[in-house]
Amino acid sequence: MAALTLFLLSVLVFFGGQVLPGDIGRALLGPFADARAVEALNRELGVDQPLLSQYLNWIGGLLRGDLGMSYAFRSPVAPFVTQALGKSLKLAALAFVLVVPLAILAGIVAALREGRPADRIITTVGLSFSVMPEFVSGIVLILVFGIWLRWLPIAATWPEGAGALTQVRHLLLPAMPLFLVLFGYIARMARAGTIEALGADYTRTAVLKGLPWRAVIWRHVLRNALLPTITVVATQSGYLIGGLVVVETLFRYQGIGSLIYTAAKAKDFPMLQAGVLVVGGVFILATLLADILATLLNPRLRRGQSA
Amino acid sequence: MTDTALQPVPRVSGRSTLGLLLRTPTFLIGLTITLFWALCAAFWAYVVPYDPLQDDVISALLPPDAAHWFGTDQLGRDVFSRVIAGSRDILTVAPLATLLGTFCGTAIGLVAGYNRGWVDEVISRIIEAFLALPLIIVALIALVALGPSTLTVIVVIGISFTPIIARTVRAAVIQERELDYVLTAQLRLEGPLHIMFVEILPNIVPPILVESTVRLGYAIFAVATLSFLGFGIQPPSPDWGLSVATNYGMIGGGFWWTVLFDALAIATLVVGVNLLADGTGAALRD
Repeated sequence: MAALTLFLLSVLVFFGGQVLPGDIGRALLGPFADARAVEALNRELGVDQPLLSQYLNWIGGLLRGDLGMSYAFRSPVAPFVTQALGKSLKLAALAFVLVVPLAILAGIVAALREGRPADRIITTVGLSFSVMPEFVSGIVLILVFGIWLRWLPIAATWPEGAGALTQVRHLLLPAMPLFLVLFGYIARMARAGTIEALGADYTRTAVLKGLPWRAVIWRHVLRNALLPTITVVATQSGYLIGGLVVVETLFRYQGIGSLIYTAAKAKDFPMLQAGVLVVGGVFILATLLADILATLLNPRLRRGQSA
Repeated sequence: MTDTALQPVPRVSGRSTLGLLLRTPTFLIGLTITLFWALCAAFWAYVVPYDPLQDDVISALLPPDAAHWFGTDQLGRDVFSRVIAGSRDILTVAPLATLLGTFCGTAIGLVAGYNRGWVDEVISRIIEAFLALPLIIVALIALVALGPSTLTVIVVIGISFTPIIARTVRAAVIQERELDYVLTAQLRLEGPLHIMFVEILPNIVPPILVESTVRLGYAIFAVATLSFLGFGIQPPSPDWGLSVATNYGMIGGGFWWTVLFDALAIATLVVGVNLLADGTGAALRD
């Protein structure tokens, strides 16, 4: 399943990149370049071969760990991608570390107060935030916290050699739009999971056997409520890629989203392809990790697999 | 139309659904906000105090005052007029994209859900693979390859919504095809196309309606985002996402009014449509 998606993505990104430029060497060297130089560059980049063999070459290179040469920088793509990926992972990690506990807490609180004002507020506010384009919330956050209150730096890039705390301070504002979008989704799942668990037979049994309410919640309800939530957190890493493109562009942060965006604007296809595929790989890893976690948490799944 | 005696008993009558909707506060708030922007999109030309595209360099970057309620941008254009007129393009592109996705998704979902077997198997696998592709990335690639244009945006968003709507329709059709009226139609020797589109389709309108209202919210999200990135609606449109993209570089200089009102316009529209979707979903599901 995941492999099919990755294959689809690779075909899409590869052939999507081939539609437009007739002559890449010409496009790179400009209209006045010598015809022989253009031809030599085309041969060097391998773009004079038939499309299918170009695709197979590219896939073969990927499997050997060779991501290709950037058209714009005339150097291997790999170092750019690894560096950008590292930066993006920092930003994404900060967003997740903040959002997962808070959103789950909010979802549980909403579920325990189902139908009452607290629930309505959490649900409606969460929904409104989760559909807010990142650049919209980003602009408002920059204005309020960066410019009017001056609490946080508006530049995402920290000074060279800054400590972890300074880095977090610089990343806080860019992480907020991602936080807001994710908050609504995760809180909704946690709420739905908790409500379902509260109504389940095992919860009734636990209450009837005289277990204190607090223990019922901790031992029975939460454990089951968290299962669907974990799956959602993992699938949201797919959303996150699009979110990173926007946030990193808005905050001028040199992560993988901004790398993909810049490569798309510059029609630097090897860079674009590598960026998209690396991101696809990370997404599939996250999905896999979620499956493993869900199995560990759910005794039914665990037994089902060993049997 | 079909034989009325064979029509299934409607689960919710139209009148009571509407009554229920009009008593839902979230739906009403959503409806008010969405209608406001829809009216702006239709009649902006009669409302705006200034031409939203007319430069006036002498009065560039004026802060909000009595003459320019929302101030002016770097070319001296009236921000208030631009915010009102900016609703037009996004409220054309997003609904068209949603319509396209609903149309294709419904057709595919009907075929997959009604036929089952290998047809369903193949379609479902393809749907799942497509669902995992991140929309913004696909849109970016398509728009780079095809060049940014309003039509490309509509097609890209429409196609990316197709599998989502197909999945919803398929699930509804699978429930529906077990009902007696479908069997009756089969016994009458109606063709599969007739059963799918004439018998089943009218009965699965509520879930399709809910799903496409939700999708409309996401379409607005996507159009605004793509315009912000420069791959969506193109200049000189006074589109909100485009205006934010053009002006956000200057907010460090204190020219907050050139971006804040556009951002708030997108925020209210997105929230409005989603409250609408939320209310519709709650009313039709119960």
